[in-house]
Amino acid sequence: MIKLIGILVVAAGFALRANTLLVVMAAGIATGLAAGMPFNDILALFGKYFVENRYMTLPVVLMVPVIGLLERYGLQERAETLIRRAQAATAGRVVLLYTAVRQVSISLGVNLGGHAGMVRPLIAPMAEGAARARQGELSARTVQDIRAHAAAAENIGNFFGEDIFIAVGAILLMKGFFEVLKIEVSTWAMALWGIPTALVAFAAMVWRTRALDRRIAREAAESARAKGGQP
Amino acid sequence: MKSLLTVGCFYGLVGAILALIAGRIALDAAHPKRWGSALFWGLLAVVFIFGQMLPSVVTGYLVLAMVLLAAARQVVPSNQAAPPRAERAAQAARLQNAVFWPTLLIPATAVAGTLLLGRIQMGGYHLIEPKQLTLVSLGLGTLLALAVGLRTTGASARVPVQEGSRLLQTVGWSLILPQLLAALGGIFAQAGVGPVVADLVARALPTQFPLVAVASYCLGMAVFTMIMGNAFAAFPVITLGIGLPLIIQQHHGNPAIMAAIGMLSGYCGTLLTPMAANFNLVPALLLELPDRHAVIKAQVPLAAVILLANVLLMYFCVYRF
Repeated sequence: MIKLIGILVVAAGFALRANTLLVVMAAGIATGLAAGMPFNDILALFGKYFVENRYMTLPVVLMVPVIGLLERYGLQERAETLIRRAQAATAGRVVLLYTAVRQVSISLGVNLGGHAGMVRPLIAPMAEGAARARQGELSARTVQDIRAHAAAAENIGNFFGEDIFIAVGAILLMKGFFEVLKIEVSTWAMALWGIPTALVAFAAMVWRTRALDRRIAREAAESARAKGGQP
Repeated sequence: MKSLLTVGCFYGLVGAILALIAGRIALDAAHPKRWGSALFWGLLAVVFIFGQMLPSVVTGYLVLAMVLLAAARQVVPSNQAAPPRAERAAQAARLQNAVFWPTLLIPATAVAGTLLLGRIQMGGYHLIEPKQLTLVSLGLGTLLALAVGLRTTGASARVPVQEGSRLLQTVGWSLILPQLLAALGGIFAQAGVGPVVADLVARALPTQFPLVAVASYCLGMAVFTMIMGNAFAAFPVITLGIGLPLIIQQHHGNPAIMAAIGMLSGYCGTLLTPMAANFNLVPALLLELPDRHAVIKAQVPLAAVILLANVLLMYFCVYRF
């Protein structure tokens, strides 16, 4: 039971709004000490896993100079201009379309996307542009709402599309896990049984993006009324 | 067989970028926390460049130093302002769609590289390390995009350094959070946290009912993923502790259905947790949202609906097929 102290540290740290890095490191040290590891061994584990997981940080750092350069030269503004020409575009529909593209492409094993590579430079500005083209200037709250949903679309598309592709890490991990236990499981069966949830995830995204569009339209109507202009 | 291009080359490149940022900060007398911030980015550069050579315990102390710098509020962005919107709009009008091509080159190269470059061998050498194909192809894509981007915009090589440094500093110390959380997950696994959790769940609930077994497996995957920040770490623990003894052995469920839907239930947990920083917190910073948890908040209704659907799907299918 005392091994669960790390979970307690994380919960208390988040509740007290302490620095997240500090909370995580403290939780690891507390857990290690509770399991009887010497302090230096715990730090060595931190060092080992930190180095092994450098791949998590690699895409963001490599992409940031390119994205920064192109943004300086109007990438986001161009994305907005293009989307303004599409009459049917709304913020919700842009976000939903991205979810669909992301889900389908990754289920075929093609990983295009990412928060740094697609959402910040293209999808979020397009969604904001579509909303501006219809409703005029947007409040800061609405802009944040749109951006948060663009990031959510990336995660939903990524998570609930990839398990349909059989060569993906998750499927191979499950296959390996059952092999050790001598249980025969087909990778195809596991991939196919990912499809119902993928459809549910997309339907949930339809619901959320429609709600997003309704919130934006309502806000525009309210601000028009406040200005005393024509609705 | 050896490889010419390894992911190690790109870790070195990332280290060089981070060292450039540290150098820029050290030379910037107007930076609000000049030396603390320069030291943070410098230490991170060291870990990226020399990570494989340094003894783990040394890296561990370097990580501790970075964490303490961040906790002491020494790591903050520079005062460098974003380029004005009018200027960006004028450039957009000049360049038209040409400004898009470099961004599209990144995924295109990543895909083409993954499909094609992995097969290339020369005199007993792989061109690209086969296990790291995706990362190396992505790295090549960003380099190609940078070259094309510099050509189309006509910008000097200083601009990507300047703007990249500004953007990375807005992300700030959160950049290393995913790696630190992965380390915490590793320590949890080493200390044997998982079996304790699985045992608690299995003992506390009436799992003789098939629906309770399914619900506690799916919810266990989601909750333990929230704790670990990673569904892959939760899967073996919760499947050994709950799924295998209860759903497969006691109630004779189908392992393929259980595993597929179970893993996707874990992903619902990923949508809900700040522990999955690379999916939830770093994007909030990249999109410059003042609320660090804005992405998680947008995902709460989605995760709730998908998780509920997973429980029902698994209950109606796992004992039937």
